[in-house]
Amino acid sequence: MIGASEHIRPRRQRASWFGRFQVAALVLLTLIAIISKFYLPRLIPSTVWLELPLLLTVYFGLKRPSPILALLFGAFVGIAEDSLAPENLPIGMYGITKTLVGYFAATVSVKFNVENSGIRLVLCFFFYIFHAFFYWLMRRALLGQLVPLDPRETLIHAAFNAAVALPLFMILDRMKLSGELTA
Amino acid sequence: MEALLSRYRNLTVLLVVVVGQLLYLAYQVKTSRDERLIRVWAVSAVTPMAGVVEAIRHNTIGFLQDYFILLDVREQNRKLKADNDKLRMENVYFRNQLSTAEHARALTLFQAQSPSKTVAARVIGNSTVASAKAVFIDRGSTSGIEKGMAVVTPDGIVGKVVAVYPLVAQVLLVTDPTFKVGVESQKGHVHGVLDCGNGPCVVEQIQEEEKVTPGEWFFTSGEDRIFPKGFPVGTVIAVQPGQGMKDVKLNLSGAPGGVEEVLVVLHGVHQPIPVGPVVEDSTTKALPPPPPESGAAGKQQAVSQTEADKVVQKYEQIGKEQNHVYGGLASGLPNFNAKPPANTPATQAPAPKATPQTPPPPAKAAPVLPLGAPRPKPERPTQPPQ
Repeated sequence: MIGASEHIRPRRQRASWFGRFQVAALVLLTLIAIISKFYLPRLIPSTVWLELPLLLTVYFGLKRPSPILALLFGAFVGIAEDSLAPENLPIGMYGITKTLVGYFAATVSVKFNVENSGIRLVLCFFFYIFHAFFYWLMRRALLGQLVPLDPRETLIHAAFNAAVALPLFMILDRMKLSGELTA
Repeated sequence: MEALLSRYRNLTVLLVVVVGQLLYLAYQVKTSRDERLIRVWAVSAVTPMAGVVEAIRHNTIGFLQDYFILLDVREQNRKLKADNDKLRMENVYFRNQLSTAEHARALTLFQAQSPSKTVAARVIGNSTVASAKAVFIDRGSTSGIEKGMAVVTPDGIVGKVVAVYPLVAQVLLVTDPTFKVGVESQKGHVHGVLDCGNGPCVVEQIQEEEKVTPGEWFFTSGEDRIFPKGFPVGTVIAVQPGQGMKDVKLNLSGAPGGVEEVLVVLHGVHQPIPVGPVVEDSTTKALPPPPPESGAAGKQQAVSQTEADKVVQKYEQIGKEQNHVYGGLASGLPNFNAKPPANTPATQAPAPKATPQTPPPPAKAAPVLPLGAPRPKPERPTQPPQ
């Protein structure tokens, strides 16, 4: 018994250290993703379509076995984005949308092999469209704001984001932020 | 119940989180209250980083250009550009004033009103919502910026301040779907509402019988209580009959999407809509070259411009009459009290009398005019208004 407990303790300590590191790294990545959305279009105007916070939420959802953690992470990212939106868009719009994206991504990850690049591509494409459509619907239904939604543009942007997601997810895989070590 | 909740734990948490956010959202909409604390935290966390990134980018490029290529020309250029922007703003004001039908009235208006007071700011970031057209500028409440202030460039309107933080402010651009601006046409003074929500900007609420032509300028009407009246908005690119209302498409002159430096109007001044050609005439118009002078004919055509010119001409005439050579040896002094002949140019202008017979009317405060601006004609004595 004593030998077993001694064997377990270092692994727990290591796991908790990784857990803390992962949380800090995730917060930092989220901040970078939001800053990129905030600042990158100023630097390169043609990157307005890039949705790094969404891709991060999808990645976290796909890699995390727990839908609760995924939806909470989605809510956190969404609310952070809402905070930088104009005041005519109340806080919670992106929060709700990304909560759902995180939850669905985690649910889907149980049923599909999410390590496959093709599946990742399709899922990112689908989640971008869902995200754009749901946000547009909420603005229309809850706030009464008649904002145009161009289907063709949305499809093109979804394809671009899916293309960006593949190398991004590979980089994140290498960073081992998915939680396998803590699980 | 507990078994049910534990079985559907994920779904329960999802519902709780979503419903919680929905209730919070409904609370914000219902009370029209914005959760300022969360926004302040987020802006305070993000904008310094964006500011640092922007400063690094700007300084790196600037350093290379300043010290290796252009030395200090870039700094000088920036200063000149700022001065130029300020002068262009003033120019808009002066042109608008001077192009009104009654020149004297415009000058009186100018005297009574002061030009809009502005503060320059740099755009440092976009909004996180792609469909919402908003930007952050590097000036906040510490620079005197307040919510609702208009944001313009010398070319046209940009947007309005919707949120103010200590060091930054958020500006909603006129191209945002929820933004409407009251506008007025230059020729027919047709009032409408500018809406850039669905693709190209259109002017709504214009009746079919109103006359609007392509190429015509639209200006802010001041009715939205955001932009002072008289700021250029854009030109009409197409006019089509619609369903009950005219379909007027407008090309914005301010290019709010790609603007990098803006002016926040701290104190706006309404101006009349100009009747003449508008500000945005970027081509420099030069005067034709002067005709070649030919001896005395050229001299006769020369018209005295200032009082000093007239005095010089008068003395020259006196010198000629008395055969006096100015600067000549032992030539003495000419009689300056002698009157020059009546047909000389110097005497054509009314000479001011030293001792007037009647007391002069109370002098009106002369309007302060910019250099080169045309001077008003002397007013005729009129009856005081009854």
